[in-house]
Amino acid sequence: MIINTILIIALIIGLPVIIYAIRRKESEVATAKDNNINGFLMLLFGIYVYGMIIISFLSYNKVLLPKSASEHGVSYDKLAAWTWGVIFFVVFVTQGLLHFFAFKFRGTKGRKSTFISHSNTLEFIWTGVPTLVLAVLIIFGMNIWAEINYPDFDSDPLVIEVYGKQWSWDARYAGKDNVLGNDNVRFIEGANTMGIDKTDPAGSDDVMTREIHLPKGRKVLFKFRSQDVLHSAFFPHFRAQMNCVPGMVTQFSFTPTVTTEEMRKDPKIVAKVKHINAIRDAKNKKLGEDDQLEPYTFDYLLLCNKICGTNHYNMQMKVIVEEPAAFDAWLASQKTFASK
Amino acid sequence: MSHDHKQTFITKYIFSTDHKMISKQYLVTGIVMGVIGVLMSMMFRLQIAWPDHSFTINEVLLGKFQQDGVMNPNIYLALVTIHGTIMVFFVLTAGLSGTFSNLLIPLQIGARDMASGFLNMISYWLFFLSSILMVSSLFVEAGPAAAGWTIYPPLSAVEAASPGSGAGMTIWLVSMAIFIASSLIGALNYIVTVLNLRTKGMKLTRLPLTIWSFFITAIIGVVSFPVLLSAALLLIFDRSFGTSFYLSDIFIGGEVLHNNGGSPILFEHLFWFLGHPEVYIVILPALGISSEIIATNSRKPIFGYRAMILSMIGIAFLSTIVWGHHMFVTGMDPFVGSVFTFTTLLIAIPSAVKAFNYISTIYKGNLQFNPAMLFSLGLVSTFVTGGVTGLILGDSTLDINVHDTYFVVAHFHLVMGVSAIYGMFAGIYHWFPKMYGKMMNKTLGYWHFWITVIAAYGVFYPMHYLGLAGLPRRYYKNTAFPYFDDLADINKVITIFAIIGGLAQLIFLFNFFYSIYKGKKATQNPWRSNAMEWTTPVEHIHGNWPGEIPEVHRWAYDYSNPEHEEDFVPQTVPLLPGEVQH
Repeated sequence: MIINTILIIALIIGLPVIIYAIRRKESEVATAKDNNINGFLMLLFGIYVYGMIIISFLSYNKVLLPKSASEHGVSYDKLAAWTWGVIFFVVFVTQGLLHFFAFKFRGTKGRKSTFISHSNTLEFIWTGVPTLVLAVLIIFGMNIWAEINYPDFDSDPLVIEVYGKQWSWDARYAGKDNVLGNDNVRFIEGANTMGIDKTDPAGSDDVMTREIHLPKGRKVLFKFRSQDVLHSAFFPHFRAQMNCVPGMVTQFSFTPTVTTEEMRKDPKIVAKVKHINAIRDAKNKKLGEDDQLEPYTFDYLLLCNKICGTNHYNMQMKVIVEEPAAFDAWLASQKTFASK
Repeated sequence: MSHDHKQTFITKYIFSTDHKMISKQYLVTGIVMGVIGVLMSMMFRLQIAWPDHSFTINEVLLGKFQQDGVMNPNIYLALVTIHGTIMVFFVLTAGLSGTFSNLLIPLQIGARDMASGFLNMISYWLFFLSSILMVSSLFVEAGPAAAGWTIYPPLSAVEAASPGSGAGMTIWLVSMAIFIASSLIGALNYIVTVLNLRTKGMKLTRLPLTIWSFFITAIIGVVSFPVLLSAALLLIFDRSFGTSFYLSDIFIGGEVLHNNGGSPILFEHLFWFLGHPEVYIVILPALGISSEIIATNSRKPIFGYRAMILSMIGIAFLSTIVWGHHMFVTGMDPFVGSVFTFTTLLIAIPSAVKAFNYISTIYKGNLQFNPAMLFSLGLVSTFVTGGVTGLILGDSTLDINVHDTYFVVAHFHLVMGVSAIYGMFAGIYHWFPKMYGKMMNKTLGYWHFWITVIAAYGVFYPMHYLGLAGLPRRYYKNTAFPYFDDLADINKVITIFAIIGGLAQLIFLFNFFYSIYKGKKATQNPWRSNAMEWTTPVEHIHGNWPGEIPEVHRWAYDYSNPEHEEDFVPQTVPLLPGEVQH
């Protein structure tokens, strides 16, 4: 095992280093030689930081989320790209200067530093420039924030309730009237797992499901509730997330734009699925016949993103985006609350 | 004036009221807690990288919670919870700020001791008591608190929701309440001491930046810690006395709880009103320490002394009005979200000023690479790399998709975890001669530094990608989602770097304890520094200076002043005729 190898190497290197260090006679204040060695190491370390950024960028790009599957997600990704541009620029410049200066001005004997206590011009520049850049990012971001949070509700969105509980999700469609029936945890009983009020006529056509199906191109308004503790409904592919809070209803709306079938053909997803299946095949060779892993096909996910206890790590629901006709057919085939 | 009076072992080493001894007590307690916290991180990193593998360390330490190589998910959550609590509060608040505020405030402002030595002693012993309680919660039958270090109710309030929310959570809350009392007593003492006990000539604008940072940190603590105490008290009420501050409409374990009308969001507001300032309580002392060390070892004045003070005040002010950025996806009013985005991103400005001022300080310097200097430069590096990703998390829009993922874990570990730990190491290497009268071994210091920095980036840089791939934090294994199978390799890389980094800390531990007994004897001012603490004798005496407290004539950063021959001019040296003050 690799851990044991690390421990053995640490022992083989560590002991001689410690013995050498404590027997050495010279002073414990850095000498010209120490300054020289550490100055060069600083330069190397700057290169290590650059290398890490570049190598991670190239080799981990393939694990990142694919293109957004929702309408606002396109704006989200654009804002993210601009922000990343700023981040990489700042990191490259400051890490470069820091490590290069550390190397360039490493201590030598008999030299005195240049006495510079401040510079108003420079300080104005590096207060002013970040302020401007931030102003642009804030305005850019707030426009998208408004687009996400104040959607156009006149467009008759499809209303779906997502109900989190330890450790699974339930979903409820508002039915023909597109109005969810009243609910409260005090109504939970037997098959009525979501606590729907039986006396409320708006609830009779509600449809409870264990999968979320979404029609492509129609705005969906999600209402979130929780039965017990805090949960967070996270739909990473749609750039959407909202907490489920016991005692209150939260909401988030988005318009799915890419069907599950279309996303399965996306080159990034094709490569990712191939990679994952290669990993699973390799694992299967070591596993017994009964434990064989299924081959993986891509599906959108709803997962829990707020610590909620024992099985937090496995609180998931399948999300399927399909053409409106297929969606209507699916919804019609589900039983309503009243008929259950 | 000398303060020699008879001291017994107990009054000298245990119930001491001398700030130097109390600072050492804080440091050693902090180190012990740090060892526990880091060990826990090793245990859960092994689990997340090799979820179905049996590790001797976990089998031995977890006992009934890990059998046949299968870790109990609740103990995984408990490990990350207690790791977070210990590192944030016990190591980086008490261990860092407690150690260096106590050591340096009287020494650097020219005072005989803290304003109240007795309260100072009480502060330490309350901290000690809370540490003992927190560690004892690990031995509770059902396991320690497992609701995350943020202990959001209802998970933390209802025992049926998590086994850790029984006795484990009760001890957690009691421990934190005592901890808060300790912090408040300490902080009030620091504020009073800095304001009242400065020696003659020590104007506020001549204080070293260390003192400014401790002073501002103490103010933030006094403003925000009481709010956490109130949050904890209300939680105790909900848990034990049937109130409903945070609870409403809950169906759990097959029955409906009686609670009605409360909201967990209230807890989140109260918690983060401390929680966000808390990260500045952690990082500001580290920044103060590194300012002092970088100036001393660059043999140059700190660049923009006044800008550094103003930016710390700016950060402190802003830190109290940004807590909502932890709650962008709680269903908070979107308008409030945009206000918090605005205030949050503003913090980037003073932070950028600080980073650029550090870089300008080393420009054209004559850098002395003592281990303390290396760790201070390491701090600047991680502070920048970790800080800039705040542009993503602080923006309510971008936060939607990275909230509570590993991206957050990577961000805050770099910017306040690793940076603050580097600041703490820098402070220990730099002031060890002042604390123990011995020098730490520099060769071991170099090995410690280089392995640590390489490992720390190796752990936290790739972690950003896990978050960007959509991986939530606090999953005890990722195998339930085949979608995340391709992240397993990254997790293994991270764990390997974590183990290497963890092992490097053994070098430090050895160096620290070995040097206390066998280190070379320190000279009075080994780093040739200007600050006041180096004018006291190497052997500690009660009252710090044997005679009168020296008078201060200049600021702390007259390094390589062209009007003087030496490349440092201690604060106690009178101005030359015609010399201009800075």
